Amino acid sequence: MKGKSNTFNISNTSNNENSKFAITINNLVKQYDDFKLNHINFQVPKGSIMGFVGENGAGKTTTMKAILDLITIDEGEITILGSDSRNLPKEKKALIGVVLDGSNLHDNLNVNNINLIMQRIYLNWEERIFYEYIKRFNLPETKILKEYSRGMKMKLSIVIALSHHAKLLILDEATSGLDPMVREEILDIFLEFMQDEEHTILFSSHIISDIEKIADYVTFIHKGNIVFSKNKDDLIYQHGLIHCKKDEVNQIDKAYIVGVRENRYGAEVLIKNKALFQRQYNNFKVDRTTIEEIMLFITRGKESF
Amino acid sequence: MNILISNASDKPIYEQITSQLKQMIINGELEAGSQLSSMRMLAKELRISVITTKRAYEDLERDGFIYTVVGKGSYVAEKNMEFIREEQLKIVEDYLTKAVEGAKAGGIELDEMQEILQILYKEDR
Repeated sequence: MKGKSNTFNISNTSNNENSKFAITINNLVKQYDDFKLNHINFQVPKGSIMGFVGENGAGKTTTMKAILDLITIDEGEITILGSDSRNLPKEKKALIGVVLDGSNLHDNLNVNNINLIMQRIYLNWEERIFYEYIKRFNLPETKILKEYSRGMKMKLSIVIALSHHAKLLILDEATSGLDPMVREEILDIFLEFMQDEEHTILFSSHIISDIEKIADYVTFIHKGNIVFSKNKDDLIYQHGLIHCKKDEVNQIDKAYIVGVRENRYGAEVLIKNKALFQRQYNNFKVDRTTIEEIMLFITRGKESF
Repeated sequence: MNILISNASDKPIYEQITSQLKQMIINGELEAGSQLSSMRMLAKELRISVITTKRAYEDLERDGFIYTVVGKGSYVAEKNMEFIREEQLKIVEDYLTKAVEGAKAGGIELDEMQEILQILYKEDR
């Protein structure tokens, strides 16, 4: 059924160059035997960082591959930098920096080989920027990639994505499996990249804390459906967590309740419209919540249907 | 200039930024006409989202503390400081009125309220 699509538009779509959006996904469907991207809709505003979250197998990578035209889609359309993703002109492709999970570079290459190869691939490859980042990230120039750690490989992939004047970065799990120090370095690089108002990042991660730190918008995908795509601050500050006795839960207007978690000694209630709630009820203490908690409460609620 | 962000605070981060900048503008640490760092720079330095610093600057602009010149940046407004103080005073009065209502409803005495006020004033910056 086509009718049941998830629409969480940040605002209107438009297809022209001056669109406010770097990426617009409209009604995307991709059907596999055991999995379906179910009428996906969301937009990534230009000049912002969009965090793309969801459990393993929720459809993050499939969506990203669809955006990059690495898989054919069954329905819908995707617009990147004002053009249809299926026939993106070469000069627009050159403006996209991509990091997919796992290194796709050959093990026997070293940094200098990669520089030579990338010069041939990217129209705007900039050797100077490439080597600056290599130094800054302490990546050994003569070692072959086989001897690189996972973190080093990931940093190298990011360096490559950043060394050809990209305006849009699409990164799949770029910080996963890396230690906190390296992740911090990478987040700094992202924020540096964002100093240009025309720059945009879409990055998926299941390390929600990274997204909570630097993302402007958060899109949550669950079992092939978009659950929400929202301004991060609105998300965090409009929700709140209440710890109360189990019998107190029924005192709360159901319209506020996103989810309830009970244990032997009490209950936790995730509420929305926090400001309104606090005006209506002053007997409950409302704690701050996190994206991770919001995700957990929402998916648990769904599972019980 | 210092801007200190606490993740443990109940106050949203954008509010922490606006209240600290307001304070600096009111007490003259930030002079009228001086330029603020861009919201993207501020986000990078504080390691927070641009959307958060954007919200803070928008709120400051709405309240008349700063103004923004497109393509150039944000500046501390040449505003009548007395007016700003007056506005803040109005906000404080509003809140205190609510506090008094709450206190009366709960039978809380003035002494106790004053005590709470003193503690709160000293602990929260």
